[in-house]
Amino acid sequence: MSAPTLTPGALARRRRAESWRRGWSEFRTHRSGLVGLGVLVVFVLVALLAPVLADSDGLSVTKATGGVLEAPSAQYWLGTDDNGRSVLTLLIWGSQVSLMVGLLATVISMGIGTLVGLVSGYFGGVLGQVLFRVTEWVLVLPQLVLAIVLASLFDPSLLVISAVIGVTSWPGTALLIRAQTLSVKERAYLERSRVLGAGHLHLLRRHVLPNVVPMVFANTTLTVAIAILNETTLSFLGLGDPTRVSWGSMLEDAFSVGAITTGSWWYLLPPGLCVVGVVLAFTLVGQALESVLDPRLRGRR
Amino acid sequence: MTSHPDGPVLEARGVSVRFRTRAGEARALDGADLRVRAGEIVALVGESGSGKTTLARTLVGVQRPTEGQVLLDGTPLPTRAKALAPFRRRVQMVLQDPAGALNPRHTVYDSVAEGLRLHGLSQGADGRGEEQQVADALSAAGLRPPEPLFLRYPHELSGGQRQRVLIAGALALSPQLLVADEPVSALDASIRGEVLALLLSLRETLGLGVLVVTHDLGLAWNVADRTAVMYLGRVVEEGPTEQVLTDPQHPYTQALLSVVPEVEGLAPQVLRGEVPDPTHVPAGCRFHPRCPALADGRAEAAGVAAACRGTALPVLPIAEDGAHRAACHLVTPPG
Amino acid sequence: MSAEARVEPGAPVLAVEDLHLTYVTADGDVPALRGVSLEVRSGEVLGLAGESGCGKSSLASTVLRLQPASARVSGRVLVSGEDVLTLRWGALRAVRWAGASIVFQGALHSLDPVQRVGHQIEEPIALHEPGTSPAERRRRVAELLEQVGLPAARARAYPHQLSGGQRQRVMIAMALACRPDLVVADEPTTALDVMVQAQVLALLSELVRGSGVAMVLISHDLSVLGQMSDRVAVMYAGRVVEQGPASAVLGDARHPYAAALSGAFPRVGDPAARFAPSGLPGDPPDLRSLPPGCPFAPRCHRAAPTCAEAEPALLPLAVPSGPTSAAGPAGPAGPAGPRERLAACVRLEES
Repeated sequence: MSAPTLTPGALARRRRAESWRRGWSEFRTHRSGLVGLGVLVVFVLVALLAPVLADSDGLSVTKATGGVLEAPSAQYWLGTDDNGRSVLTLLIWGSQVSLMVGLLATVISMGIGTLVGLVSGYFGGVLGQVLFRVTEWVLVLPQLVLAIVLASLFDPSLLVISAVIGVTSWPGTALLIRAQTLSVKERAYLERSRVLGAGHLHLLRRHVLPNVVPMVFANTTLTVAIAILNETTLSFLGLGDPTRVSWGSMLEDAFSVGAITTGSWWYLLPPGLCVVGVVLAFTLVGQALESVLDPRLRGRR
Repeated sequence: MTSHPDGPVLEARGVSVRFRTRAGEARALDGADLRVRAGEIVALVGESGSGKTTLARTLVGVQRPTEGQVLLDGTPLPTRAKALAPFRRRVQMVLQDPAGALNPRHTVYDSVAEGLRLHGLSQGADGRGEEQQVADALSAAGLRPPEPLFLRYPHELSGGQRQRVLIAGALALSPQLLVADEPVSALDASIRGEVLALLLSLRETLGLGVLVVTHDLGLAWNVADRTAVMYLGRVVEEGPTEQVLTDPQHPYTQALLSVVPEVEGLAPQVLRGEVPDPTHVPAGCRFHPRCPALADGRAEAAGVAAACRGTALPVLPIAEDGAHRAACHLVTPPG
Repeated sequence: MSAEARVEPGAPVLAVEDLHLTYVTADGDVPALRGVSLEVRSGEVLGLAGESGCGKSSLASTVLRLQPASARVSGRVLVSGEDVLTLRWGALRAVRWAGASIVFQGALHSLDPVQRVGHQIEEPIALHEPGTSPAERRRRVAELLEQVGLPAARARAYPHQLSGGQRQRVMIAMALACRPDLVVADEPTTALDVMVQAQVLALLSELVRGSGVAMVLISHDLSVLGQMSDRVAVMYAGRVVEQGPASAVLGDARHPYAAALSGAFPRVGDPAARFAPSGLPGDPPDLRSLPPGCPFAPRCHRAAPTCAEAEPALLPLAVPSGPTSAAGPAGPAGPAGPRERLAACVRLEES
């Protein structure tokens, strides 16, 4: 701060970098969060490097080289499916779909949830009440049933699946954001800003949103986990994109060819474990983030 | 004292603010008149529930009056938010709680620059850039040198510094009038004097007019040219501070002065009970159920006891300079 | 503590001897009290003044051993002759309420919101005098409520049904329930309006004068202390920097800090205070890193180079009017007894 040559903008950036560093060193004290982060990094790398790790030819039924439901061997580390494809190859390519749908659905869900929560919390009145009721109404609808109904209305594709999951999973976020907005709304610095001449847009952008965003952030990771589970479920029920392999569609295939009865555990277990692993990792990271970003939880460890 | 008769004037005329509550209609403000000129410091004193903060919020245009008007230089405040912008530049407010009135995620620089950015004044008309204006405002608020504070966050400041940052944020817009709501009540005693001295020096150097809302009569004595006393939504006594605080006319002001420890040599007249609920404003004089002058027979002797109980008093009009008035049947007998 | 064990008039009900208290926190040790000695006799009000963080509330809680368990304490706190700091738990419980009780600031948060106030006043009586019948206890509650100026029927009210002033009265009634020898009142009127503050203060001083309890009254407001106390001690950075008779300390403070503090509370009608608010530059020191020497020196307008060398001791003031101490018939208290007019400043002789 003693360098007079820096402009306030540059100094502010440096301050922000400092606070990121502080946050990171706080995060590092959460061992479970670090483990989760490590697992996530591995999964994301696998998804990104899929073309390198496994030849996409391995996905084609016609080019399959293995036998039907072969047990794991040196050539097929995780055995083969009913079409003779390597389960490992399927698993690697499947991670792309699962992660992508998870993230896309989360972005949609967070977007809707944050907007609805902010507006209903900040404005109150008739608009706020109506939005609040709508939120509650969507919340009590069984999410999965709603998603199944919506998904069956459209031709399945990655985008449709993501949208269906996003559109059905926002009410929780909206309620959280609304509660936080209601408490921020009463703070004295909003009144000060109003006296300075601020309008609603400025108040929302400069004062409410920055104080609500940490909550959104922590909540995001939890939503991703739920979205991945939903994608798996929808694919398992046959509502996924039929042209792409995902963990969910693998589980569906395994189930329909009777992998359980034939004892082909290598077809059933790996995608299941991957889903559980990713979901757990996101949850761990989310919990750690929550306590990093919420100063009230910080002291309580 | 140094009041500028031609300078800007902020006035409340017959302002009422009513809220609907479960217990009925609450009259937070029930016809209040008040005037602040540039270059003078006016203290608005009263207990909690007297409506002093509501009147202050109405004067800066964040609370819309149910009845009556707020006028700046004789022009009523516009109701549309956009049209209020020029008014906001001229009339600013400093809020009560310096810890809560600064966004914890904003640096001092951002907090002080907020007003400038809102009004598109970052490139000042006088050629000063935003940084220079922020530095000048902080210096004017007594934070010198200002640069080391730019990137501090509110929690890294002391209470006195926070209050000065708030004042700087208001000063950045170069207002002519400032409304300060309990500017020192959250501060330690030793810092109190510094902040009050700052208000006095801003009056001297910038010709600022200041309305100080406070429950502290010692503060009024410290800084105010004029003092207005509020009770249950109305100004009940108003005049030059020396006269109001050393020769109070209204029995409520007399009782208030007799119990504050800052005043010596008065027999304490402790009023029974507390300020009534604004949903049930008593008929007649609103103070009569607690009035010592009615209780000890002075009102009876003056022949106004019936009026105290039954005749409502008119709103105390804005006094001409130097005048001292009280809304009391004993002072201005009815009829 | 039975009635027979009561101290005779004039003997100290509370004696604090060289009390040190250090809070152990993640950011380092915070020395909140650094060698405080005080005493209060029965029927006497000692006012404790100072800014936030000066240690006055730490002192209040240590007197009842309510300080956090992690804090380091040394010195002695004698309540009616018993050292509170070394008492066993059971004996300590007897001292709380019956020997000494406390009235906190913010009565709303200190009362249980779901219990009738009568029940809450009754609780300490039931605890400390198990022999009393329920009818007897109810009678006592009614008496206590009337003593604090509330109708006995208010015993059936819940805290939220009472106003701020009434709640503070209930707190006082609770503090008096077991007829303590000492009452510690920590900012009892801070959240109250002037008129209600006057009511509560009048009640407190009536109780002290009437029943002969000793009281430690803590307030940041010197004018309140001036009105209520017999003697006043001014604290700064965990130490007493000046103490003596209230009128002397407030009217003619010798320590520059005490003088600045009393100047911050103007008398209405005093022409000297008109348009001349007085205060101190700077902020209270960070207790974690106190400067060497006098902790007040960085803010002191009279500071000399010697002030930064050693922390001045609390020494008796030479009273110009004669050999008798200004505190009245203190008797031959020996060297620097805690009742004399004392100040901790090396520049006093030079004035």
